[in-house]
Amino acid sequence: MGSTSPATEDPGAVPTGTPARGPSASGSIWKDAGRQLIRNPVFIVCSLIVLVVVSWALFPTLWTDKGKLECDININRTPPSWFPGTPPPGYDTDLDGYPLGTTTLGCDMYSQLIWGARPSIVVAVVVTALTALIGTTLGLWAGYYGGRVDTVISRVTDIFLGLPFLLGALLFLALLKSQSIWAVILVLVVLGWTQMARIVRGTALSLRDQDFVEAARAMGATNHRIILRHILPNALAPIIVLCTIYIGSFIAAEATLTFLGVGLKPPEVSWGITIAQGQAFAVAGFPHLLVFPCTVLVVTVLSFILMGDALRDALDPKGR
Amino acid sequence: MSEVVLAAADVRKYFPITAGVFKRTVGQVQAVDGVSLELYEGETLGIVGESGCGKSTLARVLMGLIPATSGSIRLEGEELVGMKPARLRQIRRDVQIIFQDPYSSLDPRMTVGNIIGEPFEIHTEVAPKGDRRRRVEELLEVVGLSPEHINRYPHQFSGGQRQRIGIARALALRPKVIICDEPVSALDISVQAQVVNLLENLQDEFGLSYIFVAHDLSVVRHISDRVAVMYLGKLMELGTEDQIYERPMHPYTQALLSAVPVPDPRLRGRREQIVLTGDLPSAADPPSGCRFRTRCWKAQDICAEQEPVLEVRAHGDHPSACHFAEVKVVTRATH
Amino acid sequence: MSDSDILSAGPVPEPADSKAIASLHFDPTAPLLDVQELRVDFHTHEGVAHAVNGVSFTLEAGRTLGILGESGCGKSVTAQAIMGILDSPPARVVGGRVLLSGVDLLTLNEDDRRQVRANRIGMVFQDALSALNPVFKVGWQLGELFRKRLGYSRTQARHEAVRLLDLVGIPAAAQRVDDYPHQFSGGMRQRVMIAMALALDPDVIIADEPTTALDVTVQAQIMKLLADLQAERNMGLILITHDIGVVADVADDICVMYAGREVEKADVYSIYDKPAHPYTQALLESIPRVDMKGKQLASIQGLPPNLTQMPPGCAFHPRCRFARQRCRDDTPPLYTVSPGRLSACHFFQEVLDT
Ligand SMILES: Nc1ncnc2c1ncn2[C@@H]1O[C@H](COP(=O)(O)OP(=O)(O)O)[C@@H](O)[C@H]1O
Ligand SMILES: Nc1ncnc2c1ncn2[C@@H]1O[C@H](COP(=O)(O)OP(=O)(O)O)[C@@H](O)[C@H]1O
Ligand code: SF4
Ligand SMILES: [Mg+2]
Ligand SMILES: [Mg+2]
Repeated sequence: MGSTSPATEDPGAVPTGTPARGPSASGSIWKDAGRQLIRNPVFIVCSLIVLVVVSWALFPTLWTDKGKLECDININRTPPSWFPGTPPPGYDTDLDGYPLGTTTLGCDMYSQLIWGARPSIVVAVVVTALTALIGTTLGLWAGYYGGRVDTVISRVTDIFLGLPFLLGALLFLALLKSQSIWAVILVLVVLGWTQMARIVRGTALSLRDQDFVEAARAMGATNHRIILRHILPNALAPIIVLCTIYIGSFIAAEATLTFLGVGLKPPEVSWGITIAQGQAFAVAGFPHLLVFPCTVLVVTVLSFILMGDALRDALDPKGR
Repeated sequence: MSEVVLAAADVRKYFPITAGVFKRTVGQVQAVDGVSLELYEGETLGIVGESGCGKSTLARVLMGLIPATSGSIRLEGEELVGMKPARLRQIRRDVQIIFQDPYSSLDPRMTVGNIIGEPFEIHTEVAPKGDRRRRVEELLEVVGLSPEHINRYPHQFSGGQRQRIGIARALALRPKVIICDEPVSALDISVQAQVVNLLENLQDEFGLSYIFVAHDLSVVRHISDRVAVMYLGKLMELGTEDQIYERPMHPYTQALLSAVPVPDPRLRGRREQIVLTGDLPSAADPPSGCRFRTRCWKAQDICAEQEPVLEVRAHGDHPSACHFAEVKVVTRATH
Repeated sequence: MSDSDILSAGPVPEPADSKAIASLHFDPTAPLLDVQELRVDFHTHEGVAHAVNGVSFTLEAGRTLGILGESGCGKSVTAQAIMGILDSPPARVVGGRVLLSGVDLLTLNEDDRRQVRANRIGMVFQDALSALNPVFKVGWQLGELFRKRLGYSRTQARHEAVRLLDLVGIPAAAQRVDDYPHQFSGGMRQRVMIAMALALDPDVIIADEPTTALDVTVQAQIMKLLADLQAERNMGLILITHDIGVVADVADDICVMYAGREVEKADVYSIYDKPAHPYTQALLESIPRVDMKGKQLASIQGLPPNLTQMPPGCAFHPRCRFARQRCRDDTPPLYTVSPGRLSACHFFQEVLDT
């Protein structure tokens, strides 16, 4: 843990006695964090990858001139010429203009990956936003007010946490009998907000007893004001870190559900669908059908998660 | 004598001890148990006692930050116990608080300007919007900081400077009473003196009343006009600074005073030291009768049976809560 | 967490190896502990902080040396350097000698060092709760010293643990050995720490702010315990504190530190009677005294310097009321004020005369 953090000098880590908490010369913690992140190569690489993938989702036509459904079943499952291994007999390998070969349905693999980014990113971003909204609100209430509010929210959270994610998702989607992007979003939000709520609750709980919150109360600040002006800004760092990691996880979750056949359905194009369609043939001599979409998926998910980790290290005051 | 600003009568604060998933109440911490005191205009009332005896709880109950379990607290004649929350928020202006920990008392995400200016945002009637920045700069100057620091963040200041920022924030609304909960305990001696001096100057300048909670008895002596000695949620003795330090009546006060190390090696072995045995008993299950009896060297059977009330005792000139109260000088050399 | 991590900050129980220590030639006629020109640097991203900058002192058996100074002046780092428990990096001992009965601890290999640490120097920390391992019973942690060091059996070790707890005044020691650290009150935990430090009968005890977290009533108990034990066993005691009152009560000699240097060293009576350094003088004056009632307390203006950017000359000059040009130019050496009495001030005579 913490091996990615470049700062090892920690004046607070004096093994005994009072931590040497002296005045520091720098500005706010966001500025400090920014300065640290710019020097972190992992963060830079990951955020570049994320930028590229997001631009695929936003402006696919910038990256490819082939249409989303521009496929030709006659040239299906063709590996690119540079791909190692020999394709089964009867399959061409030197198709022009197909840098990554073609998919199971004969579409251009490269442009399918570009087009497939949008639903994945949309699902992940929307789910994360809704999760953050619900989780933060409930977490703040539970942590700040405590007492009965906390008991009710915490018990509900526990119930949802008790549901195994995959089983719950399969069950809900089967019950919903709808496989639109919105159904997937709904299911992921319902199952995903709990962890956010728990973490925000914990943060709010520890902030509630800080003297500066008490000082605000002593000034006559309303609870509403205290939550918005003091608790939320101080809880923001963990929330943002969690959101970044969430986006990655939800991309993976969407792909998983789609792969299992309860998520998105063709004619929608997504990484999960491409993987699902490719898996049957991958072992039959067409590994590229899995290799390319899986690589894109894993690299994207990993980038978000590593970015979150780097953010966490940078925002953690103990890291400096 | 000057006016009473804050009067507490038989104030109690019990914290429930809960257990289990359904938070069943299984007991009560009697953090403050029947405290009565008065705070006069312009005076400093010191509150001393071991940690865990209920000083901070009492301070917070007195300003309505924690609701009292029972009793009456009057701020300039107006009853705080049971007051409507909206009205309570309004009159909070008049009682402010300074904390012990200079690190957790300031919101790390706010600039100094916003921290000191926050009271004006809550009580908008105090300063018109355009005037606030000037007010904040003035306050910074009053507490001895440079107005140029207005855009800095708390972590850019030392402990003593942060304590000054906390004082500026408490002063913003021109309160009548400031509750100082161990305001210098976390500071080094040299810085401690700076902050004590500042508090004294501000008191003269603004006619403030202080409730000064601390466990450092010499600082309390320096700043207080009157001192209350607290033990396990109750007042043991109450008197002027001179009465408490020079003519303590209660065995606990005497033990506490005698335990304070004196910065004079020549007094070594020439001062009577009363070393109490054991620790503070649990406030959830206090001893019967006199709460101090388990550590008291004078305790007799009556102490377990009958609770001594806080009243002026024979041969005494100030109230103490001991069946065997008797003056004993402990701050000076005995031979 | 491995066994050796458990107490890496304390008297660490390491595999017994009594030969290693026998190979060291302790000289009973040499001073018990003789620290010479100790220097410790910290490499931080703001630059090199000279946390300890040439500290020297001698401690004889049965004597108590008080090290006094504000937080951040290098007291704990000095103690950790003597014990050899500094985290390096960021810390580095860049100079000096630490002679324990004539043996320079800084030149020992890690194994010998551990041996010495366990058998001859005991340390008591301010924060007993974090110095004790929360997941092991107190009796087990105490007994471990005997099992690992002296090869005692479990029952023997437990017996020793009870004896020690009893010795440090823990009531019902036989029952309390099976409690966890968090089940003890602050004062009782500090007693447990003292028991650990005493376990292997050390020659020197270093107590780093042992009572800072405690109430005065409990502080009095702990200081009395330390003093009694010291007298009984004729140990050398180094008492580190920022509390001017505590050292006045127990120390024989005082060493006042400021910004990583000793600024004044003397026997306790002379220093409290007439300080020979402006910093000591100002510290003594800033204690509230009865005759100061209603008056301003004397305070030291400003703040201690940033150790990475020390002012030239005397480090105290920006806050000193005696300061003049010479103080800004020349670093004062430790002048001998009178035999056994040192002050790092060019104008110590003037300070004495005020
Ligand atoms: N919010 C709380 N809930 C439960 N017990 C509390 C709470 N606050 C304080 N206490 C208990 O009340 C007693 C008095 O605490 P406190 O007023 O903080 O003492 P002091 O300030 O004198 O150290 C202690 O036993 C403490 O554990
Ligand atoms: N782990 C560390 N990293 C960087 N600097 C440190 C560390 N520990 C101590 N220091 C520096 O050493 C100085 C002395 O610290 P310390 O000995 O703990 O002071 P004290 O006198 O309060 O015990 C501090 O001012 C700090 O700058
Ligand atoms: S009443 Fe009894 S127990 Fe209490 S302080 Fe007096 S003598 Fe001691
Ligand atoms: Mg220290
Ligand atoms: Mg308190």
